[in-house]
Amino acid sequence: MNAREVARALGLEAVAFPHPEAEVEGGFCSDLLSRAMAEASPGEAWITYQRHLNVVAVAKLKELSMVILARGPEPEPEVAARAEEEGVNLLRSGAGMFELAGRLYTLLSRGPRNR
Amino acid sequence: MRLCEVAELTQAEVLTGKELLDREVDKGCGADLLSDVLSVVEENFLLITGMVTPQAVRVAEVMNAAAVLIVRGKCPQDPVIAYADEAGIPLLATQKGMFETCGLLYSRGLRPTRFRRVSEYAG
Amino acid sequence: MSPSTPAKRGRLLYRRTFYVPAGAIADVGAVSTQVRRILRGLGVEPEVVRRVSIICFEGETNIAIFTKGGRITLMVWEDRVELFFSDSGPGIEDLELVRRPGYSTAPDWARELGFGAGMGIPNMEKNADVFVLRSRPGKGTAIRATVWRSRDERKGSGAGTRA
Ligand SMILES: Nc1ncnc2c1ncn2[C@@H]1O[C@H](COP(=O)(O)OP(=O)(O)OP(=O)(O)O)[C@@H](O)[C@H]1O
Ligand SMILES: [Mg+2]
Repeated sequence: MNAREVARALGLEAVAFPHPEAEVEGGFCSDLLSRAMAEASPGEAWITYQRHLNVVAVAKLKELSMVILARGPEPEPEVAARAEEEGVNLLRSGAGMFELAGRLYTLLSRGPRNR
Repeated sequence: MRLCEVAELTQAEVLTGKELLDREVDKGCGADLLSDVLSVVEENFLLITGMVTPQAVRVAEVMNAAAVLIVRGKCPQDPVIAYADEAGIPLLATQKGMFETCGLLYSRGLRPTRFRRVSEYAG
Repeated sequence: MSPSTPAKRGRLLYRRTFYVPAGAIADVGAVSTQVRRILRGLGVEPEVVRRVSIICFEGETNIAIFTKGGRITLMVWEDRVELFFSDSGPGIEDLELVRRPGYSTAPDWARELGFGAGMGIPNMEKNADVFVLRSRPGKGTAIRATVWRSRDERKGSGAGTRA
């Protein structure tokens, strides 16, 4: 399932969406950048409350398929601009981490690449 | 869902509060940021977190959460467990990550907590 | 309606001051949980206990992370509960900015401990019926938060009702 399909299924709002065809291989949740750096795997969608610039850097470095910002304030314009620049898919939702993870998990386990 | 079912489903170890595993939880909140937890507008939820700090347990206490489920196989230090025990907050720990933990519980019917909406803060 | 300063009415039932040293991160929440237990012991209404504890938690955190130390005074009146936070600096330059949801200058180490969502002051403000934030840059910051105990004077917990 690609990022566009995930975005549509979860009703996500695009903040920056340069690669909608990116394949979403799984999900990862953390509000700690160090954990995302250490534990996220390439292709995963990262669900987080954090919405500052470093999130974009981590997503890029770890080659994540998308970042989903859980409910919270609108990210600063420079975050959106940086995501666009770096080619990082950045989307947001009004739902919290638990709900986003729950729905994405259900969505991906229905897909062909079920474990 | 009862806490013992939560433990079973996520293959969690019960660090403290074994006598409270009959407790019912019907809502879950997954968060590492304490302010996020502090904007939940209901009580008696399961706090799912990667934090093992004493602050995480104190937040659960202040919010009247039903229990704390720690993810990614982190284990808090003894004083934190002792504090939770004294505060009457069951502490569970699973090896699974936050994503899978939330996914499993959600797919078994645990519902998300409601939060104070961000738009409510304006003005 | 909308009292900007609580009239000095009602009897003072309880008063206590807690100290929060600079950088006391591991202790964050210790004052709030004590405050919660005290209020419950005094038979304060559960909704009031909850709001006051949340306000206290956020205020306590900010003193520990951002200041050179400070103190929190809890006052329980017949008709309201009040929290006074004061610290010895550095003070806040732009009071509008810090009230904005998402604004945070939390350092990386604090973010790794679960702080820095920039929702602390908005959370405090939202849970208080009266919230007064004053600061003298270079000197310190003082916050007074009041939660009314009677339902009619309390802020609705649903949609924002204040102008
Ligand atoms: N007592 C204080 N003295 C000086 N600066 C403060 C004080 N309290 C808050 N601030 C400043 O205001 C900002 C916003 O505070 P707020 O509590 O809303 O968010 P935060 O502490 O950064 O994150 P969170 O509370 O969500 O963990 C802080 O990042 C800090 O710059
Ligand atoms: Mg704060």
